[in-house]
Amino acid sequence: MITIIDFGAGNIQSLINALVFLGERVRVGSQPKEIVSAEKVIFPGVGNFGEAMRTLKKRNLIPAIRRNIQKGAPFLGICLGFQLLFEESEEANWVEGIKIFKGRVLRFQKVKVPQIGWNQIEIKKRDRIFTGIQNKSFVYFVHSFYVKPSNRKIISGTANYGRKFVSAISFQNIFGVQFHPEKSGSVGLKILKNFVNI
Amino acid sequence: MLAKRIIPCLDCDLQKPGGRVVKGIKFKKIRYAGLPWELAERYYKEGADEIVFLDITASAEKRATMFEVVKKTCQKVFIPITVGGGIRNIGDAKRLFKAGADKISINTTAIQNPKLIKELSKTFGAQAVVVAIDAIRKNKKRKGKIIVKTEKGDYWFECSIFGGRKFTGLDAILWAKKVERLGAGEILLTSMDRDGTKKGFDLKLTRKISEEVSIPVIASGGAGAKEDFLDVFKEGRADAALAASLFHFNEAEILELKRYLKRKGVPIRI
Repeated sequence: MITIIDFGAGNIQSLINALVFLGERVRVGSQPKEIVSAEKVIFPGVGNFGEAMRTLKKRNLIPAIRRNIQKGAPFLGICLGFQLLFEESEEANWVEGIKIFKGRVLRFQKVKVPQIGWNQIEIKKRDRIFTGIQNKSFVYFVHSFYVKPSNRKIISGTANYGRKFVSAISFQNIFGVQFHPEKSGSVGLKILKNFVNI
Repeated sequence: MLAKRIIPCLDCDLQKPGGRVVKGIKFKKIRYAGLPWELAERYYKEGADEIVFLDITASAEKRATMFEVVKKTCQKVFIPITVGGGIRNIGDAKRLFKAGADKISINTTAIQNPKLIKELSKTFGAQAVVVAIDAIRKNKKRKGKIIVKTEKGDYWFECSIFGGRKFTGLDAILWAKKVERLGAGEILLTSMDRDGTKKGFDLKLTRKISEEVSIPVIASGGAGAKEDFLDVFKEGRADAALAASLFHFNEAEILELKRYLKRKGVPIRI
């Protein structure tokens, strides 16, 4: 059973569809207790970093997310849900994030923003979520900001868009991807399947 | 490297129960090509990078049919879906996103009410807002219009609305720049002169707009052969290319087209 954290930021239907297509049971959690007790969590999100943090605080979801991660439950942040795991973002005047990892979220410079489209991931670390995924596979990105982790050891994938940026991270039970696996065709479905199978 | 995208467009007639994909020539004559979600799934499996649904009926009463089309499609198709046609307000857009759409595309409404672009962009993010521009060549010089030199002489480009039935006097290049300022995330640029003709994309128009804006431009109208796609990516500087009838009637296979483009050095996802 996968719990998808729903805090009203963006469309979670595609993610639900992808998991159902893979034969997985899905629960949507918007209450702290549903998240603390979850066996496996996906934290998606599209939208503004600052808005997202305000909503998460208002709904008292941040301690629940932290506790669930500390418990060791497999956790996957997608797009904004990945960025929110870091300390602060340029998107909203350096508003504080959930701070699971050290590092900042920065805006792309000198390229068309947002980056919209299919880009290749350079796999840096053979994570469980990359099992069976070819290096330089194309996945779908939609974002204006990228994560810069302080600890380079957590980087599991990069990509190029005017500059090299981090497209995936992992540390113990925690995974994060900047792209949208639910919109990345068969490659994306395989990554989700790998996460489901952890 | 960011790949150039190949996007099949499914023009949907929602008057038929469940909806039908149709193909008109120059926005007029019509042939039926199949059920929207079935065609979408076929293209997804053949390697389409995105799917665009255009509601050509664009009537408020048939709106629920489009929600169903999107819902059904999203259960099996895991690439981005754009929906256009008849979206008039935030509420219409919201329901489409809820049904599973990733982007919405507006044309007539955007011209009638440019503020809506800003509102949509603020509410759903620029990446979710595509402004469609249907442009036609005009050779009669008028003040304040941007002239583009073409192989056939000097032209300016006029925006049309209501599926090509009404002309606005609005300069397409100036309008493209304005929609970018208002918060559009992409431009879906259709050449009305080329649409349905299979004579190739309007490269002059596409290149001009691609150079004038810094958001992605999807070129549309006129695709008839795989060489046309190569031209629109190289000469036209398009970020994506859209076609309909070419794919519907099996005149070109997406995978074959993508292999060709890759051989020619275009960054393509296969």
